[in-house]
Amino acid sequence: MRIEFYNGNVASAEGAIHAGCKFFAGYPITPSTEIAEHMALRLPQVGGVFIQMEDELASMAAILGASWGGVKSMTATSGPGFSLMMENIGLGAMTETPCVIVNVQRGGPSTGMPTLVGQADVMQARWGSHGDYEIIALSPSSPQECFDMTIRAFNLAEEYRVPVIILMDESVAHMSEKVMIPDEKDIKLVERKKASVPPSEYLPYKADDFVPEMACAGEGYNVHVTGLTHDEKGYPQATSPEVQEKLVRRLCDKIRENEEKIRDIEEIEMEDAKIALVSFGISARSCKSAMKKARKDGYKVGIIRLKTIWPFPEKYFEEISEKVKKFIVVEINYGQIKLEVERMVGRKKVVLLPKMGGDIHKPEEIYGKIKEVHNGN
Amino acid sequence: MRREIKFGGFGGQGIILMGNIVGKASAKYDGKNAVFTPSYGPEARGGAASSNIVIDEEEIDYPYVTKPDVLVVMSQEAYEKYAPSLKDDGILIIDEDLVHLKNGVGRVAKIPSTRIAEKLGKRIVANIVMLGFFAGVTKLISYKAIRKAVLESVPPKFKELNEEALEKGYKYGIKWREE
Repeated sequence: MRIEFYNGNVASAEGAIHAGCKFFAGYPITPSTEIAEHMALRLPQVGGVFIQMEDELASMAAILGASWGGVKSMTATSGPGFSLMMENIGLGAMTETPCVIVNVQRGGPSTGMPTLVGQADVMQARWGSHGDYEIIALSPSSPQECFDMTIRAFNLAEEYRVPVIILMDESVAHMSEKVMIPDEKDIKLVERKKASVPPSEYLPYKADDFVPEMACAGEGYNVHVTGLTHDEKGYPQATSPEVQEKLVRRLCDKIRENEEKIRDIEEIEMEDAKIALVSFGISARSCKSAMKKARKDGYKVGIIRLKTIWPFPEKYFEEISEKVKKFIVVEINYGQIKLEVERMVGRKKVVLLPKMGGDIHKPEEIYGKIKEVHNGN
Repeated sequence: MRREIKFGGFGGQGIILMGNIVGKASAKYDGKNAVFTPSYGPEARGGAASSNIVIDEEEIDYPYVTKPDVLVVMSQEAYEKYAPSLKDDGILIIDEDLVHLKNGVGRVAKIPSTRIAEKLGKRIVANIVMLGFFAGVTKLISYKAIRKAVLESVPPKFKELNEEALEKGYKYGIKWREE
């Protein structure tokens, strides 16, 4: 174990290296640039490859290709680049390609505020590419979590064969803090299921428990990779509603049915809480500061911090709404997670404390809202 | 106890590096919690730059500096911009050749850090002289910790120069404290 003083970006890149990432393709963009810089420095040291691509479409395509070449791969970007990646993120979901995408959120829409914070890509991460699919998205609140969650992102990508998005934000990306880097033997890594049958019997998209075995290029198996609707052999079946039904259901259900396993929520002081602050990323830290003060003043308030944003923990909210009277959703956007919480607990129970970006919530603002909600205003 | 520190100057003076070194010294070598956040414009040199550090024995939730306990400024612009935010009982630390005080706010510690750096042969280490002075004046970080963090953050062939710069500033700070 060693202790470093890293910002969130460097911690995330270091997490990727420790997860066994061997390929990074990207187009540097503020506020994610340090990830590309650090990967350019580190990958050659561990026998990996770093490529600076011509744009984000190509970056995303390249990491899918690398994954099919058999290595763990990653890219990093921010809003404008994330938009350009959408088409190929859909290709990644359709072809069940394990990979990790870091999106360091800045103020948007469009080029917005390149050097300042935002959290408004939450819905884009979930719905940005066309068609029905499910994705996994994680949200770190500190450089330590950037390290830990990047490792977890690779593990989830490998386990479920799905692109995993790390929804970081500028504040967490650019703040430096103590980061504990465990010894290699103490890091648990998950690897994709390899083909377990001879090449003659191998069906690349046959899945007994939602996730098919993955044979990569050069391993002696026939490898089919197509964005068209495909059957278990990987052959295009673009005119068969039956094949479409089976495939798309499986792509979604492999995540939906495993939501509780993927779920990662930090509950703080929720045992007797009547008011819950729902937050994630940097906003959750302002919440914590406000919550501590409110508790001292006698308010029964707690925090639900979403470390995993997608798949959304629907059942969790259904259950907790039995004992919580009001949910205050604190996010740096105009109400994206709010929609999800409302969907589960009902509109009457949800209050939004939004911010359009460029700054984070001051603890006093949140404290003020807690008082207001407590007093029934 | 939560302590907020702000370094301000213009891009190219090493203001961001100063913040990183102070954060690293506290977090890695003094065993405290520290958060460092940089702030700068799109320019590489000449624009306004500031470094913000929060140090605490407890967990740090809100990461930004709102009312600094210590404000270190190395340009007139930074002084005018940030001095009003200084806590009433806070310490203002300035490079006396670069900042002209407009009114006598609270405690002020002055050092000709750029001049001292020039005498050492490299103007560029003015920020390290200032860091030493900051450590000596405030005692918010141990000399041992900041020395380690400085040596870890500078190119190997300039280690001696930076160590000398740090020590000069530190001694100047201790002298200020004694007076």
